[in-house]
Amino acid sequence: MTTLTLAEALPLFGHFLVMSLLAIGGAIVVAPEMHRLMVGQLHLLDDAQFNASIALAQAAPGPNVLFVAVLGYQAAGLAGAAVTLAGIMLPSTLLTIGATRWAQARQHRIGIRAFKAGLAPITIALLAATGWVLTAQNPTAPVILLTAITALLAWRTRIHVLWLIAAGAVAGAIGLV
Amino acid sequence: MAPEPAARPSSPLDLFVTFTLLALQGFGGVLAVTQRELCERKRWLTHAQFVEVLSIGQVLPGPNVVNVALIIGDRYFGWRGAFSALAGMMTLPLVIVLALAALYVEFAQLAAVAGALRGMAAVAAGLIIGTALRLAASLRGTPIGGVAAIALATASFVAVALLRWPLVWVLLALGAVGMAWAWRCLASRDRAAR
Repeated sequence: MTTLTLAEALPLFGHFLVMSLLAIGGAIVVAPEMHRLMVGQLHLLDDAQFNASIALAQAAPGPNVLFVAVLGYQAAGLAGAAVTLAGIMLPSTLLTIGATRWAQARQHRIGIRAFKAGLAPITIALLAATGWVLTAQNPTAPVILLTAITALLAWRTRIHVLWLIAAGAVAGAIGLV
Repeated sequence: MAPEPAARPSSPLDLFVTFTLLALQGFGGVLAVTQRELCERKRWLTHAQFVEVLSIGQVLPGPNVVNVALIIGDRYFGWRGAFSALAGMMTLPLVIVLALAALYVEFAQLAAVAGALRGMAAVAAGLIIGTALRLAASLRGTPIGGVAAIALATASFVAVALLRWPLVWVLLALGAVGMAWAWRCLASRDRAAR
């Protein structure tokens, strides 16, 4: 871990501001660009640290975008985390609020209604696709079975998600998956 | 039209607490638990409204679930609501993930921990698929018609999950097709209503 000078922090912040606006579908979409910048160009992190940051944030509670804070933290401590997280969040946050206010003010216009009706099936299918892609990363029979059982319970019952997460953790810890 | 939701957040603090609690349950992704908490438990949104908010959050840059929090917060309490929801979603999870990052090196080497993370990841994937199945029911009665909805959903799934095409292009292309078709259906429906 190094300390970040202002001359290093500003370009890093600038790059994350730009990546924020490119991150359609989530910050993970621009992870390859973050890798190119932080590992390849600035040498703030090595490959193992980069991959571990993503895995850690995915396992921890909270939105997966927090992997960006872990990248910054691994590179330059809390100051690094502040720079990368603020950079990735600021533009997309302002754009989201601006765009939804614009759409909300025009919610009865046919264009906005067509957007909502036309996008709804795509949005739902993309959720299913996300689950599929996550499963396909490690497609062993026990993993597929655990995923399928969870999907069925989440769909058909009101069982609390923490029970399911805990069951998955125990099954993994004792070596079942 | 979709039925109105039964309840609404009482204050920005309510938003902050609600989003904090749901974020803390979101291991491996927060979307599934967000849908459950906001639609089933809090009843702030119907399933159809959740899909609408998520559609907007998805085409805009930024994490989808964070965009959902911002949109819902802003809708009820403006800037204060948006930032209360955002702060709830991010603050405590951020503290936790940075604490874990500080410990991670010793932590990750345990086989039991690696196994537990694998099991939790499998459950997280199942939760997202279950959420998609749950929300699919909200498409019933869609103005674009059942056949078009199934065709759009199937094409999106095949393109992203099986062919692994880049999300942005799939969203742009199929989103344009879906929107154009919906426009046609809504226009003829509006004409019929007049």
